[in-house]
Amino acid sequence: MLAYSEVEGLSRKSGGFTLKVRRKARYVDEEICNACGDCLEKCPGRAKDTFDMGLRQRKAIYLYFSQGIPAVMTIDPEACIYLKKGKCGVCKKRCDKGAIDFEMKDEILSLDVGSVIIATGLDIFEPGDLTYYGYGKIKNVITGLQYERLINATGPTGGHLYRPSDQKLAKTVAYVQCVGSRDLNYCSYCSSVCCMCSIKDAMLAREHDPESVSYIFHTDLRNVGKGFQKYEKRAAEEYGVQYVRGRVAEIGEDDEGNPIVLYEDTRQRKVESLKVEMVVLATAATASRGSRELAKMLRVKADKYGFITTRNDQPADTNVKGIFACGFCKGPCDIPEAVSQSSAAAQRAASHVLRSVGAGASKA
Amino acid sequence: MSKRKKKGSGDSRASGDGPRIGVFVCNCGTNIAGFMDTEDVAGYSATLPNVVFVRENLYSCSEAGVNDIKQAIIDNKLDRVVVAACTPRTHEPTFRAACKDAGLNPYHFEFVNIREHCSWVHKEDRDLATLKARDLIRMGVARSAYLEPMEPIIGNVVERALVVGGGISGMTAALELAARGFEVVLIERQKHLGGLVKSLYEIYPWGEKAADYINGLASRVERNSKIRVLKACEVTDVRGYVGKYEVTVSSGDETVVAGIIVVATGARPLLPEGMFGHDSRRVITMLELEAMLLRSRSRRKKVVLMGCAGARIPGRFYCSRICCMTAIKNAIIMRKKWKADVTVLYRDLMCYGVQNETMLVDAKKAGVRFINYSLENPPVIEKDTVTVSSEILGRDLKVPVDLLVLSTPLVPQDTNVALSKILKVPVDEYGFFLEAHVKLRPLDFATDGIFVCGTARWPASIRECLEQAIGAASRASTYLARGEVEVEPIVSVIDEEECRGCGLCVALCPYGAIELIDTEKGKKARTIDVACKGCGTCGATCYRHAIRMKHYSDEQLGAQIRAAFVKDP
Repeated sequence: MLAYSEVEGLSRKSGGFTLKVRRKARYVDEEICNACGDCLEKCPGRAKDTFDMGLRQRKAIYLYFSQGIPAVMTIDPEACIYLKKGKCGVCKKRCDKGAIDFEMKDEILSLDVGSVIIATGLDIFEPGDLTYYGYGKIKNVITGLQYERLINATGPTGGHLYRPSDQKLAKTVAYVQCVGSRDLNYCSYCSSVCCMCSIKDAMLAREHDPESVSYIFHTDLRNVGKGFQKYEKRAAEEYGVQYVRGRVAEIGEDDEGNPIVLYEDTRQRKVESLKVEMVVLATAATASRGSRELAKMLRVKADKYGFITTRNDQPADTNVKGIFACGFCKGPCDIPEAVSQSSAAAQRAASHVLRSVGAGASKA
Repeated sequence: MSKRKKKGSGDSRASGDGPRIGVFVCNCGTNIAGFMDTEDVAGYSATLPNVVFVRENLYSCSEAGVNDIKQAIIDNKLDRVVVAACTPRTHEPTFRAACKDAGLNPYHFEFVNIREHCSWVHKEDRDLATLKARDLIRMGVARSAYLEPMEPIIGNVVERALVVGGGISGMTAALELAARGFEVVLIERQKHLGGLVKSLYEIYPWGEKAADYINGLASRVERNSKIRVLKACEVTDVRGYVGKYEVTVSSGDETVVAGIIVVATGARPLLPEGMFGHDSRRVITMLELEAMLLRSRSRRKKVVLMGCAGARIPGRFYCSRICCMTAIKNAIIMRKKWKADVTVLYRDLMCYGVQNETMLVDAKKAGVRFINYSLENPPVIEKDTVTVSSEILGRDLKVPVDLLVLSTPLVPQDTNVALSKILKVPVDEYGFFLEAHVKLRPLDFATDGIFVCGTARWPASIRECLEQAIGAASRASTYLARGEVEVEPIVSVIDEEECRGCGLCVALCPYGAIELIDTEKGKKARTIDVACKGCGTCGATCYRHAIRMKHYSDEQLGAQIRAAFVKDP
């Protein structure tokens, strides 16, 4: 397993490919480090915690997240004082196992493989451009993934919905669907998973706080998976989730930092506004950053959104023989679909490799 | 498959003064710790007999948590590990592997479920949840002291697959398995291969003629020397177990022996008998529209397509996933081919993803009208008009119509329940097959060696059916390629001295896992280890008490039960 590594090039060779892989320097020896955390204590470097969606700071030496694999520390060279100025090295002094290695360099590996599976997943659409939703200006307007960190026990608030502006417990939360999705100016497709995700988030809020009230502003509620319709109903009946059909036009803010949601309820045919304590934007999911470059490097086709195109009649296969794709990199999908697709890609890759081996053997 | 037998996988019970038990209490974030005092529970665990080590972990299943368990086993010479966390369905293998890695027999592991069995169901009372978790752990610890080391049972795998269903999913799975070099027997109930797709006009989203595609697939299946096709044939009985299923089919006396089984029996559209004036002429189903498009002579000018006809209603409360796209696909075709006015009545437009949403936008560009209606006010159908109560406009709209097409949902095959009983796999409340784990194991059944794909599982588009079929072939290959299979050793053991050979257990065993054999001392029952699922039916019925269940012995369960009634200090 090569974590913290990126593909930088691919060339064909007989029977397969040669991949050029950059194994980025962690400045920590993976074999030695056991993630005990001694190094963290006195580290003076600071950076935004990207896993916590920027909701808190982390040290320059860090564990990406607590269940991460491999469980080893990494030094962020942008934030590490020693790597930038040549002074400090506290972590090295603290680590009695001698796992810290400031001299570590990126390694370039050359891997001979019979087949390649692309499974680069997704990134989240940055909603800052939709200025009418106030993301980045109104503190209590956050994204769905930021919410996931807030409600998570390992997150910055220990699982409590303390809103960013004043750390007050948010009791009324509005979920705004299709932020960037189904929007001809941004992602004109449907991101598939956000309806269920917001319902789940709203139910979690109620589980954490029996007084919590949630509003989900939606267009079509696209809950098409196994058991999803029942889930949607259960959220309304047992968790007090209120569904409002209508696209939110604008989000404002009152003096106390409460977001005010302006919307048209298309069922009541009325323009209304609603004061809530926090807004969660169900942002579009996009092809992961760099997927276009990756597609170009591997010479596989991608659609205009950067999703890898696969054959309709052979949905794990790209246009390049021996290169397969699965999961969100092909387009929005939920977990069981992604798992099914990954099995399919594994099957196609295995068949391909076995055929190449067979062909090689018969030639020899 | 690795056949390594690590050191310590034999009897590792401490030779000294009884077992050394380690207890690991998992917080599971707030899933557990949010609803009980895990610190108290951990503290209490330390007071239990034979417990020499206790640790509270945020996530026991994380790499750090697992490493912690391994290290604790080694450092504290633990010979029993009790993890109080979640369901064994997901993480029992994780923790057993941790025990094995640390040199402990994996069956010296006891899982106590304080999440599903405690924190999640007692969210409203923290103190009682804490007390119950104490009880559950005390019981688990008591049982763990009596756990015995066991070795997995190794069985051979017949390198042949049985695929049930010759539609798009079954044929695709068969071809993929054959491509891996395995023999396949494909059983189809009808006289022809092709299934539901055979009756369709064009396939969305890529517009290929369905007949071309499905006939091409069928001829590849028929030509493939690895695949034997049995048509007009059904599965009537299945005996055996993963690696060697013995399948009786209706075509004759033949028994098909296969290592694994793929269920791809598909689904059928609901017949709208008596609904919305269905008469197969002016009011037709989507499938009848596909046939109409295939015939191409008949043309209509004022077409209304109605979504959710018989779906998302009380009693059939699910979304059939594909009907919106099928309607939109055909709406575009009718705009182009017939130059018809086309209106789609919908409750929600389920055009998830890129291609489906693109198709929706294309339909709007092509002039297809979309009108929203609600469950409470369904469209009223008269001779020449459909009256829709539009939620968005707040008034009734009269739409002229000379053809009304009902999008009825896919419903499970009527034979699913019978087949599920034969295969001993579950179906859900509607009758679709129920996979091992709805999120993480969508193509497996909980029963080893049986897989599911396509609309037998849940409504799915053709692309999704293909993905699942190829995926199911991949899952099945993992057994076929190894040639042998490891089976849980949780089986019944029959004491031949005590057994009188009455045969009651043979008759009652739901898995055909007990046989009567002739010995010098007369007939005796014997368990076929690989076939036994450890259900315990035989043990409970043997009047001689000659049958013992491994891993659930009387001593083990007795200790657990006694511990339940110990007064909590």
